Amino acid sequence: MSEHASHVPGLAHHFVNMEQQKEAGTIGMWIFLLTELMFFGGLFLAYAIFRATYPDGFLQGSHLLSVPLGGLNTIVLIVSSLTMALAVYYSQMGDRKKLVGFLSITLVLGLVFLVVKYFEYKEKFEHHLFPALGWYNPDPSHLAVQYQPQVRVFLWIYFAMTGLHALHMIIGAGILLTLIIMAQKGRFTREYNSPIEISGLYWHFVDIVWIFLFPLLYLTGFHVGGGH
Amino acid sequence: MATETIATTAEKRVTYLNVSHTVKSWLLTLDHKRIGLLYLFSISFFFLIGGIYATLIRLELITPKGDLMTAETYNRVFTMHGVVMIFFFLIPSIPAVLGNFLLPIMLGAKDVAFPRLNLLSWYVFMVGAGLFMLTMINGGIDTGWTFYPPYSSIYSNSQVTLAGVAIFITGFSSILTGLNFMVTIHTMRAPGLTWFRLPLFVWAHYATSLIQILGTPVIAITVLALALERTFQIGIFDPKLGGDPVLFQHMFWFYSHPAVYIMILPSMGVISEIIANMSRKRVFGYHFVAFSSLAIAVFGFLVWGHHMFTSSQSMYAGLVFSIISYAVAIPSAIKTFNWTATIYKGSVSYDTPMIYALAFLGLFTVGGMTGLFLSALGLDVHLHDTYFVVAHFHYVMVGGAIIGYLGGLHYWWPKITGKLYPEVWGRISAAIIFLGFNLTFFPQFILGNLGMPRRYHAYVPEFQILHVLSSAGASILAIGFIMPIIYFAWSIKYGAPAPNNPWTAVGLEWQTTSPPPPENFTYTPVVNTEAYEFEHVEEIKQAGSGVNG
Repeated sequence: MSEHASHVPGLAHHFVNMEQQKEAGTIGMWIFLLTELMFFGGLFLAYAIFRATYPDGFLQGSHLLSVPLGGLNTIVLIVSSLTMALAVYYSQMGDRKKLVGFLSITLVLGLVFLVVKYFEYKEKFEHHLFPALGWYNPDPSHLAVQYQPQVRVFLWIYFAMTGLHALHMIIGAGILLTLIIMAQKGRFTREYNSPIEISGLYWHFVDIVWIFLFPLLYLTGFHVGGGH
Repeated sequence: MATETIATTAEKRVTYLNVSHTVKSWLLTLDHKRIGLLYLFSISFFFLIGGIYATLIRLELITPKGDLMTAETYNRVFTMHGVVMIFFFLIPSIPAVLGNFLLPIMLGAKDVAFPRLNLLSWYVFMVGAGLFMLTMINGGIDTGWTFYPPYSSIYSNSQVTLAGVAIFITGFSSILTGLNFMVTIHTMRAPGLTWFRLPLFVWAHYATSLIQILGTPVIAITVLALALERTFQIGIFDPKLGGDPVLFQHMFWFYSHPAVYIMILPSMGVISEIIANMSRKRVFGYHFVAFSSLAIAVFGFLVWGHHMFTSSQSMYAGLVFSIISYAVAIPSAIKTFNWTATIYKGSVSYDTPMIYALAFLGLFTVGGMTGLFLSALGLDVHLHDTYFVVAHFHYVMVGGAIIGYLGGLHYWWPKITGKLYPEVWGRISAAIIFLGFNLTFFPQFILGNLGMPRRYHAYVPEFQILHVLSSAGASILAIGFIMPIIYFAWSIKYGAPAPNNPWTAVGLEWQTTSPPPPENFTYTPVVNTEAYEFEHVEEIKQAGSGVNG
């Protein structure tokens, strides 16, 4: 037993030293992100198959999405990745004030994303474009009847992918809130800051998923011009 | 070494078992050894449930007519047998029980990298298992364990959504275990324990973890999609709504083919340990055996299409999948030949674990070779969905995975419980299992080749003799499985206390006490030899407080 080890703040009893603990946490998060990649990967596969099967449906479907709102959210997330990276930097510098500040900005940006997403979803529900049985009843002036079954496939993929992504954003917001509280209490030091770094990896991953979702869903029919 | 003094003061020694006694101390334990035991009890329960379903199947098939149950009931029975055995017994079996118990000890670590996640994985498993029990009480599901639409969509009246959610949740326990093991192997090896000094059990678990991490999320999203489709009536797999049923098969087998390697690879790790230690020789071609585990894991991801030779897959895709499926035989054969070469001129002792290991060698070879029949494009059209597939699968899963699991349980039982099981009964039950198993499943190869399709509750009278043989074998097999449960339970109360190293084996787990202390070692172990170094056997004999014959 290494008695001295248990006195190091933040070091769990089964690790030999801080370095080992940090390495375990980092590798663990990378492996977790690998599982996330495969999880989203199933939906990306479905996207590829159905886009090849229903090219017109995907074209018409993407016209139903708002490029300005999607674009705004893309910018919001890219900026939030920057602020998250800065939070990691200042945690390593041991600057508690700036750490709390940048974590808070990241959290606010994440919430902005979710609010915009809420209005996008709301608009779909109001136009009866939610693809579930009983809900899906688009106005023929809004979406031509011959495209409606195909667009429904596009829309479930849209809701599944962005919904899963939004769920990850909500979890990320919860993590950020926890980190802010912990940082305010002074839990993180120049020596012990791996939770910030590891959560940063998660946040960047969720951002990157969106970077793929935005062009695949919103910009598919962009070059052909607006449909409605 | 201080082991001798520890042995004499065995009564007062604090072990992971006697450090605390409350129910709470077990349910909230972060000790990997206790979590391993929690898994042992849980999956043993599911093994019994799955066994009851198997009994019902074999009873029904004694006669050609469906006189015990209706076709509808039979559909549910074979589905429940498959789902319970695969998702709630085989996948967690060796990794979650023996892996959890042994991996940190073999690495000389105090615990896995994330003990809380480890406990969480058991709770996640139990939640999934509880939901599946609910499915079972409500009449089960009738889709086949593969959940193919349209059986699982428009033609199913059973609890598919609930079962899907249960399997979705259970999958996360498998992911957490894999993640934990991988990080533990990377970061928590004892000083001097380099990658090529690791026991092959650890290599096998590394390869298994890789599959759990990369494969399980895909089945999770697949069953989630299936549940979504049923709930919201959206077109994912149902062609009527614009979905693609073959997409389900692709996504399902992308996980479920590698999943059979989740079941067999840890078993191969167990066999490496047993054969090396019972032959008192270093495993022949250690590096090849280690890398063949990784090769099986990698190849395993590239062969899923061989389940779909008859599912409108393109001819060229079929060709590629067929060739890669053949390629899996290479690392599998490397292992089998190397184990055989290890036994050759070894000083072999035929204790119960070794009998299981020898049974594994024979049965896995038959199971593996018949897999080649099925990866042949032309022959598979003849054998697809027949009892040949059933027999092949059971030779690998029962003859491989379960035999390895039982061999491992016997081998490490003295370490886990600190008690010796009755060796004579161990050998007798191993022999009964071997005979009963072959009598159950060998006739099924013939049945399949003659054209008996799987999943039918009635058949033509010509097949009866083979079915009766199979059912007779199953009853012998059942006796063989029940015996260890009885004498293991008996040994906990009445068994002789186990010495620290009853097999005079090498490996870190045999250097600590039986059962180990809560922190695994009372000192920090340092490794300065390769795995399976039997040069200093005499020293081990002296240090390890005697040999049990």
